[in-house]
Amino acid sequence: MLYGFLGPNGAGKTTTIRMMLSLIRPSAGQAYVLDESVFSSAAAAQGALRRVGAVIEEPAFWRWLTGRKNLECFANAGGPAPDRRARVARIDEVLATVGLRSAADKRVKAYSQGMRQRLGLALALLGDPEVLVLDEPTNGLDPQGMREFRMLLRRLADAGTTIFVSSHLLGEVEAMCDHVGVLAQGKLVAQGPPSELRKRTDTVRVEVDDRLRASEVLADLTGVKVRDEQVRASSHSTMYTLALTGDATPAQVNGRLVAAGVKVGALIPEQASLEDVFLTLVEGADVPR
Amino acid sequence: MFRVELAKAARRWRTWLLAAGGAAMPILIVVSLLLSDPPGPGEGPPFLSLVVHNGLFASFTSLVLVVPFFLPLATGLLAGDSIAGEASNGTLRYLMVRPVGRTRFVLAKFGSVMALVVAGVLVLIAFGVAAGGLAYGLGPVPTLSGSTLSFAGGLVRLLAAGGYVALSMAGLAAIGVFISTLTDSGPGAAAATVIVAIVSQIVDALPSLSAVHPYLLTHQWLAFGDVVRSPVAWGSIESGVLIGLSYTAVFLLAALARFSRRDVTT
Repeated sequence: MLYGFLGPNGAGKTTTIRMMLSLIRPSAGQAYVLDESVFSSAAAAQGALRRVGAVIEEPAFWRWLTGRKNLECFANAGGPAPDRRARVARIDEVLATVGLRSAADKRVKAYSQGMRQRLGLALALLGDPEVLVLDEPTNGLDPQGMREFRMLLRRLADAGTTIFVSSHLLGEVEAMCDHVGVLAQGKLVAQGPPSELRKRTDTVRVEVDDRLRASEVLADLTGVKVRDEQVRASSHSTMYTLALTGDATPAQVNGRLVAAGVKVGALIPEQASLEDVFLTLVEGADVPR
Repeated sequence: MFRVELAKAARRWRTWLLAAGGAAMPILIVVSLLLSDPPGPGEGPPFLSLVVHNGLFASFTSLVLVVPFFLPLATGLLAGDSIAGEASNGTLRYLMVRPVGRTRFVLAKFGSVMALVVAGVLVLIAFGVAAGGLAYGLGPVPTLSGSTLSFAGGLVRLLAAGGYVALSMAGLAAIGVFISTLTDSGPGAAAATVIVAIVSQIVDALPSLSAVHPYLLTHQWLAFGDVVRSPVAWGSIESGVLIGLSYTAVFLLAALARFSRRDVTT
């Protein structure tokens, strides 16, 4: 399962992730990771974290050590002895998974940004995690790197790892995630598979003759937002582009317009892209721009 | 975590640079003595005039010279950078989600700083004995009280002096680790720690502030010289040990309390 955590910059994605990982404490509330309540005790948080792998914003390493030595140091830094040994034993495997085997014995200071990104993923995979938390993982990757990265995540997800990936890039999330949550102003404003989310906001274009009357009707309808209106002088008509959210449907819009005596010349439903959904949701949350 | 810290330090240039500094100090002293007339009693830093009688005193003289500044500088650098350096490097968040327990983390950081300080002191002592021994020979050790100790007895007292110096630095290291939990800037915390040691020595030098002198971190830092009296003059040493232990305990607890609640935002 690949969960995409979407939101504009400043929506609170990283803050949420840092709370999940018990790096920062909320003023109130609780977070549950793998059924453990993270803020109830340090032991609960540690038990959960041992089963989680994470890349939080950019990866970070001790630059004077080699890639392999970095992984070794992280593996040995904490946890019970069997856990440490298991991680050390997996070093070669995760290096191969991310394609860093040949560069493993170079110092991290000589790594390119893409290599660091991959070493970060290798570190996250080191504990054979049940949940992988990735915060903006493709920052700094080139298109080729991003594609490889997405394919790798897909493989891991298909093999049974739950992957929680945050991003402000819609295309990326739409292309790879099974489930998407949209965060705006610190609140989760929508959640669901991308296909369902897309359905929630449809764009409809409506051509009407009586502009004044139509705008009154549309303003009264809940779940309808006028995104654009174009007056067409040649046909004495107006083309509205409407975003529909919630229960609003094209048929309902049509019915209300006709009932109010507005002639509807055309009604063109358009499949919204996730981008439209996203913008609608985020606008709804009054994000300052 | 402690062993990981040592493994990291062993691969770092600055560790070897500091060790080289520790080794260079006694060599510098011995070479300077070889190139000039022997100093009369009371000339130069304490013990300097004794080096020509017994090479062991090259180590004592070196300790006297590094304790006021070089050693606190090294200790402050290591301790101040210990946690704040991980924070500014970004590795702190990855260590915390590894997860490394926060108490364990602070103790491992303090422990590894002290391990390096002790190693540095031992390097200095070893090079002092070697360089002094080569130049002026080793043998029965004259004490400041006029009597003589066997070489083995002298060596034990030298090591005791080294232990005392390390304990003195432990107080500063604890302060450094505490400061290191307050900020995300490694160099800032390191500088602040060194400044603490300097200010303490300045206050210690002002007679009008003599009321606070007995409580200053640095007040008894040079008392280790009393181990080469016969019998050992314990007064200042005891008070120095007490100061060192108190500062270590108070600031280590403060660091633990502070870090256990701290948000990791870098």
